[in-house]
Amino acid sequence: MAIETPQEPAAALAGLDQLELAPPQQAKRHILAKTWAAAWPKLLALVLALVIWQLVYLSGFKSAILPGPATTLTDLWHQLHHAQLWSAIGTTLRRAVIGFALALVIGTVVGALVSRIRPLRAAVGSLITALQTLPSIVWVPFAIILFGATTTAILFVVVMTAAPAIANGLIAGADFLPPLLLRAGKTMGLRRVSLYRHVIMPATLPAFVTGLKQGWAFGWHGLIAGEVVVIILGQPSLGVFLSNDQDQADMAGAISIILVILAVGIAVDLLFNLVNGRIRRRWGVADNSAS
Amino acid sequence: MTTDPGLDETRTGAAIRIDEVSKTFGRGDTALVALDRVSLSVAPGEFVCLIGASGCGKSTLLSLVAGLDAPSSGELSTGGRRTALMFQESALFPWLTAAKNVEMPLRASGVPRAERRERVAELLDLVQLSAFGDKRPHELSGGMRQRVALARALAQDADVLLMDEPFGALDAMTRDLLHEVLEGIWRRRQLSILFVTHEVREAVRLGDRVVLLSSRPGRVIGEFGVDFERPRGMDSAQTVGLAIKIKDRLREEIVRHGH
Repeated sequence: MAIETPQEPAAALAGLDQLELAPPQQAKRHILAKTWAAAWPKLLALVLALVIWQLVYLSGFKSAILPGPATTLTDLWHQLHHAQLWSAIGTTLRRAVIGFALALVIGTVVGALVSRIRPLRAAVGSLITALQTLPSIVWVPFAIILFGATTTAILFVVVMTAAPAIANGLIAGADFLPPLLLRAGKTMGLRRVSLYRHVIMPATLPAFVTGLKQGWAFGWHGLIAGEVVVIILGQPSLGVFLSNDQDQADMAGAISIILVILAVGIAVDLLFNLVNGRIRRRWGVADNSAS
Repeated sequence: MTTDPGLDETRTGAAIRIDEVSKTFGRGDTALVALDRVSLSVAPGEFVCLIGASGCGKSTLLSLVAGLDAPSSGELSTGGRRTALMFQESALFPWLTAAKNVEMPLRASGVPRAERRERVAELLDLVQLSAFGDKRPHELSGGMRQRVALARALAQDADVLLMDEPFGALDAMTRDLLHEVLEGIWRRRQLSILFVTHEVREAVRLGDRVVLLSSRPGRVIGEFGVDFERPRGMDSAQTVGLAIKIKDRLREEIVRHGH
C-alpha cells in the first residue's frame, strides 16, 4: 500500500488528485444549440408581447391613436432607411459614451477615496447612496439653469446619475474584500501600490463591474430624459425624435423610437453580462445558468 | 522588521526567538490578554509544533513572528531570516491560476520574468502539482490548494515557515500524504518550522518538539521532546503513546479553567 511507504507519497498523491478531480462529464453542446437554448425564451416573450399588442389593437382600444404592430413596425422600417435616424442614434450614443467615460473617471476616483479613507467614508458614504436613489429627471432643470440648453447640460445629467452607482460598486467591493487575502498579500511582501494592484483591485473587480453595469443603466435613463427636454438645434438625437413625435402626436413614430432605445439598452446590457460572466467564471463564482 | 531581506547576511542564533512576549488587545476593562510572557525558541532546521486548546493565542503568536503585528511587550527575533506564513485556508488569489499564485511572491520581490518561470515550475514540481499549474483555485481540491499555498510560501525564499493549522480542514488520507510531502521538503530545504495545530497526534507525527500553550492567557505550560525515528506514522504505538501523555497534560489545563 502506497500510503504505508512514507518515502514515496508521490504515487498515492497523484492517485488522490485524479480521484478528486474526476469531473462530472458534461456533454459539450454545439454552439448553435447553445445559442438557440438561450434565445428561444426571449423570442417567445417577444412574440407574446406582439400578440398581446395586436389583440389590444383588434379590441379597438383608442383605435384612433394607438397603431397596431404592423403599422408601427412598417414605420420603424422606413425610419431605419433614413440617415436622420442613424445620425440621431449616433449623437445619442456619442453622448452616452462621453458621459459614461466621465462618470467612470469621477465615480472611480470618488469610490477609491471614499473606500480607503475612513472619515470620508463616514461623511459621504451614505450621501452617495442617497444620490443613487434620486430620479434622473430632477437633474435636468438643475443642469439647464447651470449650463443652458447645451450638450454639457445633458452630459452633466448622465454623470450625476451614473457616477454614484459606479462609486458605490467600488465601495461595496472594498467592503467585501476578504481580510485573509489582504493578510496573505502582506505576508508575501506586497505593500501599498503593489498590494493595491495585485490584491485589492482584482479582488474588487466583480463588484466594480456590477457597479459599471448599474451606472450605465442609470446614465442611459438620465441621457434620454435630458435629451427629451434639452433640444439643441441642428443636433437630432433619440430624445429630440421622441419629443417631436410627442408634439405631432405621432404614436407610431414614438413607439419606433422607444423600440430603438430598448434595443440599444439590451445590446449594451448583453455586453456587460458577457464581461461579468467571464469574470465570474474566472473567479469561480459562476453558476452555469448565466443568461 | 523580522522580514527585512537586507538582514539576510546576518543570520544568527535561533531561527525564532520569542522572549517574554505579551500581547494585549484593547485596553481598560475590556482588554484581552492573548499572550502572557511567552518564551520559546526554534533552532535552525528544527520542527516545533505548538499545541493548545482554543483561545490560546496560537494564531496571534504566528502573526507576531511574521511581523504582521507588534507585541505589547517582550522581544521577537528571527535572526534576520525571512518568514513565510501559511493559513488553515489556502488564501490563494481566486483570480490567478495555481502557477500565477506561486509566482506572486517572486513578482513582489522583483525576480526577473525568465527566472520566475523556472522557479515556479520547480516549486510546483516540489508539491507534485506540475500538471495543474494552469488550474484556478476553485478547480482544485482542498488538499491541492494547500499544496499550492505551500509552494507559494516556499516561493518567498523563507528559512522560517510559520504554519497555522494548515491541514486542519483536510480529510485524514490527504493529511497523511501532505505530512510526508511537508516532512520531505523540510528536510531537503533545511527549513525551520513553527507549526500550530490542535491535533495532538499530528504534532507528535511532525515535531522534533511539541510545545503546549495554556488558554486565556496563552502561556507556555509544557514541552515534550519527540525523539523516536522519522518517518513516524500517525497511528503507530509510539505516536499514540506520547499523544496520550500530552492529552492528559492538556486536560489538566482545561480542568483548571473549569474551576
